[in-house]
Amino acid sequence: MTTVWVPQDSSARAVGADEVAAALAQVEGVTVRRNGTRGMLWREPLVEVETERGRVGYAAVTADGIPDLVGAGMLTGADHETSIGVVDDDPWLTGQDRVSLARIGLAEPTDIGAYEAQGGWAGLRRALELDPAEVVEEVLTSGLRGRGGAGFPTGIKWRTVLEADSDQKFVACNLDEGDSGTFADRVLAEADPFTLVEGMTIAAVTVGATDGYIYCRSEYPDAIARLRDAIAVAAEHGYLGDDVAGSGRAFRLQVRVGAGAYICGEETSMLESLEGRRGEVRAKPPIPALHGLWGSPTVVNNMLSFAAIPMILADGGQAYADRGVGRSRGTQIFQLAGNIARGGVYEAPLGITLRELVEDVGGGTRTGRPVRAVQVGGPLGAYLPADRLDVPMGYEELAEAGGMLGHGGVVVFDDTVDMSRMARFAMEFCSVESCGKCTPCRIGSTRGVETIDKITSTPAGAEGRDQLFVLLEDLCATMTTGSLCAMGGLTPVPVRSALTHFPEDFGGSPR
Amino acid sequence: MPRAGRQQTEELTPQSARAESVREIAARQAGERGPLLEILHAVQAAHGYVADEDVAEIADVLNLSVAEVHGTVSFYHDFRRTPPPEHTVQVCRAEACQAVGAADLYTAAQERFAGRDDVEVREVFCFGNCALGPSASVDGRLRGRVTAEHLAAAESGWSP
Ligand SMILES: Cc1cc2nc3c(=O)[nH]c(=O)nc-3n(C[C@H](O)[C@H](O)[C@H](O)COP(=O)(O)O)c2cc1C
Ligand code: SF4
Ligand code: FES
Repeated sequence: MTTVWVPQDSSARAVGADEVAAALAQVEGVTVRRNGTRGMLWREPLVEVETERGRVGYAAVTADGIPDLVGAGMLTGADHETSIGVVDDDPWLTGQDRVSLARIGLAEPTDIGAYEAQGGWAGLRRALELDPAEVVEEVLTSGLRGRGGAGFPTGIKWRTVLEADSDQKFVACNLDEGDSGTFADRVLAEADPFTLVEGMTIAAVTVGATDGYIYCRSEYPDAIARLRDAIAVAAEHGYLGDDVAGSGRAFRLQVRVGAGAYICGEETSMLESLEGRRGEVRAKPPIPALHGLWGSPTVVNNMLSFAAIPMILADGGQAYADRGVGRSRGTQIFQLAGNIARGGVYEAPLGITLRELVEDVGGGTRTGRPVRAVQVGGPLGAYLPADRLDVPMGYEELAEAGGMLGHGGVVVFDDTVDMSRMARFAMEFCSVESCGKCTPCRIGSTRGVETIDKITSTPAGAEGRDQLFVLLEDLCATMTTGSLCAMGGLTPVPVRSALTHFPEDFGGSPR
Repeated sequence: MPRAGRQQTEELTPQSARAESVREIAARQAGERGPLLEILHAVQAAHGYVADEDVAEIADVLNLSVAEVHGTVSFYHDFRRTPPPEHTVQVCRAEACQAVGAADLYTAAQERFAGRDDVEVREVFCFGNCALGPSASVDGRLRGRVTAEHLAAAESGWSP
């Protein structure tokens, strides 16, 4: 029998992985197993054949192409134009520093034995041996900052919850991942859900929380199913429940599903949604660490923040802190998306430059045309022009360049992009997704769409056209200063960056 | 997922089978913390949409005001207030998909299915398939690198 791996990742499935798996299952002498993706999404479906040399990969396999591939000797790892050789030796993989992604794509996602064999649960075991204050100290030492966008030190958040006096505490994972161009949460949850379970369990036993929630967006049905399976398996094996890994401490975990609202990624809105209400943003203070779910102290972290924790505990915070740039320590899972030749998830120490990511790792545009603009940090992030990509990917470094790291998404556009349309879209998105609580965001974004429409439909030099730019800038200023959260507060960022760097797309603005 | 056992509910004369089913769904989860979204998802999964009378039933079981439940239902894009059409085409219109032609794909989808009562075309902002866009889901099945021809192929499978 030959074992063949076909990814079950939803992007792989979106380009035919299920059909490929079904076709391979028909082949005599083949056992099909379903792993998560290796992260090389442009090569999906990437089929791997177990051979004496290792797992040999075949890229972009189609169900129709299976007879040919088998005929060409695929089952013994023969050379073929679609073969990428032994997958572990692929330069795109060996060039990475995989910490949180270390296990993706190697095994069946909910194979708990494989998880353990690949170093799983070592972080939890060490956390249970330490005092909670010592665990917090490791997290502080690591320098880990929240990977969900704001970059707040995770250790300080945990310490606040640990020191809060309450009978009831919670841990909540933000898996809303609504930013366009971001999918690391999804990939990791689908490929290696136990890493999240372990990270959250470490948080819970450290701060004294007994209940946890994973808030996952409804657009990720596969991730939801995989996480629920993983939770059930972990509970069966005693890693969740009333007696976590024999420690006498209890932690119960469940998945809750969002309902299609971008703003529910904002942490207080997420808490409202978890409590079963409209996802309206809460004013801070009080901070969720002291007054979170149902008024109790709550650790709220992004999925990638939790996913960094098992390694930080297993190898020590210093090993994580040794990577990175400036005050941005550790690794980041970059997501290469949009018009890019080699799209996927790429884990590297913070400090790698945007140009390296776009050109060397991503291979430039998929269309082969010149790169014109790159949006970093999601829909609220700036558009950077092609000549400004030499910025190191770090929180402060990007802020200095007018951008933000956000969730690590990198979206590439070629020279056919119309940046006035992208600016208009930023305003439109804000008007559709605003929670409605404040006027600058709710109304200002609608006025922003109208104003950009007027600008682009008024010929250059026409009377009153300059006033429209003044009005747009006014709207941006009001939204920036008058909004309760970053939805309204940061929407002007992509708009202004488009105006600043690509004025020609607005038909000759006065700038 | 194992659920908490069904709770005892007072015997009421059921207005309809639907009302009874909605009450059952709500009662099954009423004991959990913050169950409303879960209940709404379950009602929609069972009945296709959340009707006004469902809102009243759920509010009654959870001891919430109708306004509060209604406010929650109307806040979220996922919850439908009317029966779903036979087929749904969801096209991602977010930035990464726009970089590879999502705007044209969305227009093509709208034009192709214009005037058909049995097909609904909706915009979505990101399926997390941003490396393999443009993305669209047809009857709940996600597809990557979608072209207008893909939509035509899907449609050919729907013909009566
Ligand atoms: C409009 C808006 C959307 C957000 N969306 C997300 C999201 O999708 N996922 C996420 O983890 N954080 C998101 N955040 C950040 C969260 O509010 C919060 O900072 C984060 O979950 C905290 O976890 P961390 O410290 O681990 O990053 C968003 C914030 C804003 C203002
Ligand atoms: S800025 Fe927008 S999304 Fe944020 S609280 Fe105000 S209205 Fe809500
Ligand atoms: S932007 Fe379309 S799937 Fe993410």
